[in-house]
Amino acid sequence: MFHSETGVFKTSYAADMALYPLPVARYAVIALAIVFLFIVPLVFSPYLMTLMNLVLIAVVGAIGLDILVGYTGQISIGHGAFMSVGAYTAANLIVRTGLPFWLAIPAGGAMAALIGIVIGIPSLRIKGIYLAVATLAAQFVIEWMINHITWISGGIEASIQVPPPSIFGFKLVTAYRLYFFLLFFAALAIVATLNWMRSRIGRAFIAIRDQDIAAEIIGINIFKYKLYAFAISSFYAGVTGVLYTYYYGIANYEQFGIDVSINYLAMILIGGLGSILGAIFGATFITILPEAARQFLTHYGGMIMSQDAVTNVVPNLQLVLFGGLIIFFLVAEPEGLNRLWRSIRNYFRVWPFSY
Amino acid sequence: MAPAERTGTEDASEDDILLAATAVSKRFGGVTAVEEVSIAVKRGSVTAIIGPNGAGKTSFVNMVSGFYRPDSGVIRFAGTDTTRFRPAEIAALGIARTFQNIALFGGMTVLDNIMLGRHVHMKSGILSSFVYWGLAQKEEVAHRARVEELIDFLELQDLRKQPTSALAYGLRKRVELGRALALDPKLLLLDEPMGGMNQEEKEDMAGYILDVNEQWGTTIILIEHDMAVVMDISDRVAVLDRGRKIAEGTPSEMQSNPDVIRAYLGTGERGAGEKRGHAA
Repeated sequence: MFHSETGVFKTSYAADMALYPLPVARYAVIALAIVFLFIVPLVFSPYLMTLMNLVLIAVVGAIGLDILVGYTGQISIGHGAFMSVGAYTAANLIVRTGLPFWLAIPAGGAMAALIGIVIGIPSLRIKGIYLAVATLAAQFVIEWMINHITWISGGIEASIQVPPPSIFGFKLVTAYRLYFFLLFFAALAIVATLNWMRSRIGRAFIAIRDQDIAAEIIGINIFKYKLYAFAISSFYAGVTGVLYTYYYGIANYEQFGIDVSINYLAMILIGGLGSILGAIFGATFITILPEAARQFLTHYGGMIMSQDAVTNVVPNLQLVLFGGLIIFFLVAEPEGLNRLWRSIRNYFRVWPFSY
Repeated sequence: MAPAERTGTEDASEDDILLAATAVSKRFGGVTAVEEVSIAVKRGSVTAIIGPNGAGKTSFVNMVSGFYRPDSGVIRFAGTDTTRFRPAEIAALGIARTFQNIALFGGMTVLDNIMLGRHVHMKSGILSSFVYWGLAQKEEVAHRARVEELIDFLELQDLRKQPTSALAYGLRKRVELGRALALDPKLLLLDEPMGGMNQEEKEDMAGYILDVNEQWGTTIILIEHDMAVVMDISDRVAVLDRGRKIAEGTPSEMQSNPDVIRAYLGTGERGAGEKRGHAA
């Protein structure tokens, strides 16, 4: 029942290339399904459930950003804006045409992908920090456009309210109902990315990241694949934006500012670049950390200061703690949380013969 | 073996010529790296390009693989004018290469690196890869079989799941050869395949190169400094010096060619009587 290769003999290439080539995988998938489908919704309080929902949305966005930054090596500080493109596209369609969620979500993703491709065009010529600045410009331009073009933003407040998603007339209003809705999209995002990254497309992405010249020499059309990466990644961002819109019941450009772009970069950095599990760890960590810090301070802050002082200090201390922990983790494990997990896992890989 | 005496596309035995470079030049600012070089490579041959440092050997190979675009001249590969092709298009035609400074994908395993060499032969797009189970998986398995053949051929079996960044230098050169071979190339360009290797590794590599040439009939162009190796494995040798081709012929002819000896050893009257494009 360990992650152990001892005694496992593969007899076909398909078996060797499976997502998880060890027999323990089947049990792990079943166990995870039971935990997420039954135990989490039964055990979690409504408060924890809202947190869980935010984590699930962040997982979709973080994996999407990781495809671009971690796997293809192209940086983007404009992902918050791509999310807003998805959010406003879907919100407008939902409100104006009454589009159901199963059309609104791909529509939001597709529009974000389109914008992402346009923003990705400079990536043929510029790399690294220069590309970062180009995408940063996209962040501000898109933010400004949504805020100032009332046809997109829906008026003075630049926010559009949307009704909750419904399946066969069953409205997904409570945190519990939304949970299953979001869980489905998070799971889909994970499986789709796993599939992409182990096939021709994903290998081409990694090749471009590691050695773009060599990638071109062996026949990869770099420009095409960079745009693919931008398109897929912004599609995920667009979907994330729509999910946020459904979650909050409103599309508002202020939810998708530069701080969101940077938060998502922090997620994949802390989780470990170029790893799906890392993106999941990072999304969880960055989403829960501020809440955990707040809870911790409100409960235990009274021990060292007066209750009034606590209420004053909490919002600031929360940020200090957040920043401090991020720095601590980056110094302690520069390759991310995923690296910690792998070290533990590898110990058991050839157990009990770990030489 | 009947070496063609003249070079270029106008050659009588045109069908036998796989790659024909005619009067190819490349300038970088004021420096002429390659000047009016014409080389014709016969199908199934092993051609060595030799010359002192800065002779333009790598620049020439870079033009053949599309990495540089010639300023003038024509390159034809198997009847197609590839002078203005992009590297990826040239790869798709069947030209593979290795690099002087190994250019492997360090974050990937040996297996994935060689699988990448199959890229041009695979078709899975965004949608079929997204679904994976079905078409993409079938394709992966089919191409994995070819990759495993190469892994056996290059004796890399125990290393297939190792990241290439963790491998020793000589092994990385071998993996890079494997990646190039995975393209099933008609023409294989090897830029100093034995650079930095010890004697034993050089012999191994020479063996692989000859095996590739014999087993699959792959035409090979290699740049190499080790004259002993060049003499042993090549059918033909072209000598470049300061961007110009100064001689071409069989290995033994080149050894006794006065121009070649002058280029390598130098004489008192350097460059006298010859038009030199530039100073090296």
